[in-house]
Amino acid sequence: MADVNRGNRPLSPHLQVYRMQMTAISSIFIRITGNALLVGTLLIVWWLLAAATSPEYFALADAVLTSWFGKLVMLGSIWALWYHSLGGLRHLYFDSGRGLDVPTAEKLGWGMFIGSAVLTVLTVAAL
Amino acid sequence: MAYVTDRKRAAGLGSAKTGTEHLWHMQITSVLLLVLVPLFLIAVGPVVGESYEAVTAHFARPFPALATALGLIVALNHFRYGVQVLIEDYTDGATRKFLIIAMIGVSYGTMATGLYALARLAI
Repeated sequence: MADVNRGNRPLSPHLQVYRMQMTAISSIFIRITGNALLVGTLLIVWWLLAAATSPEYFALADAVLTSWFGKLVMLGSIWALWYHSLGGLRHLYFDSGRGLDVPTAEKLGWGMFIGSAVLTVLTVAAL
Repeated sequence: MAYVTDRKRAAGLGSAKTGTEHLWHMQITSVLLLVLVPLFLIAVGPVVGESYEAVTAHFARPFPALATALGLIVALNHFRYGVQVLIEDYTDGATRKFLIIAMIGVSYGTMATGLYALARLAI
């Protein structure tokens, strides 16, 4: 192989002592929110199935969804839904070859956190 | 002495030669979900926590039933492709194959359960 360079390379950053940049944090949260949304989806589908089955079964699903745990999952899911949607918009923008310089990417990251928080408050207020 | 350039030796080794259709599918479902996510919230959000009669009557109407069904179909398709990337990034070998197949099963299973429930509520 050409240009062999062993032993004189920069060390890769260690996650436990590495302060992640805005771009890295906003990126990993897209993955976390997207995959965590399965939990809220399963709860809603189970609630629909219960409503389609019987009033007794619905009472159980309704009790779980309106408990503190259910409310926490629903609130988290609403935020995750908005955050992931804004992240998706950013990805589509990135895929078009735009917004890839660091200042713009960081602004978009802040936009995702602030935008999703505002949209979550508006959604909860509307429901 | 091999008469092959470095460029020639490396060509073709880095790519799996597939994957563009995966990205394209994510982009299709992403754009559709930008429309469907607000519709899903409008269709489902107001009746979570409501009575059995209110919920069953709500999903018997065309807009809530269709918006919820479309949301579930496209979102779980999107999830099926997205979770595959998650699994591919952190696992390999037989574990990777097992997890991908299992999560595709969960995606289809959730989709089918949701559609069955909506169909029963609509009829």
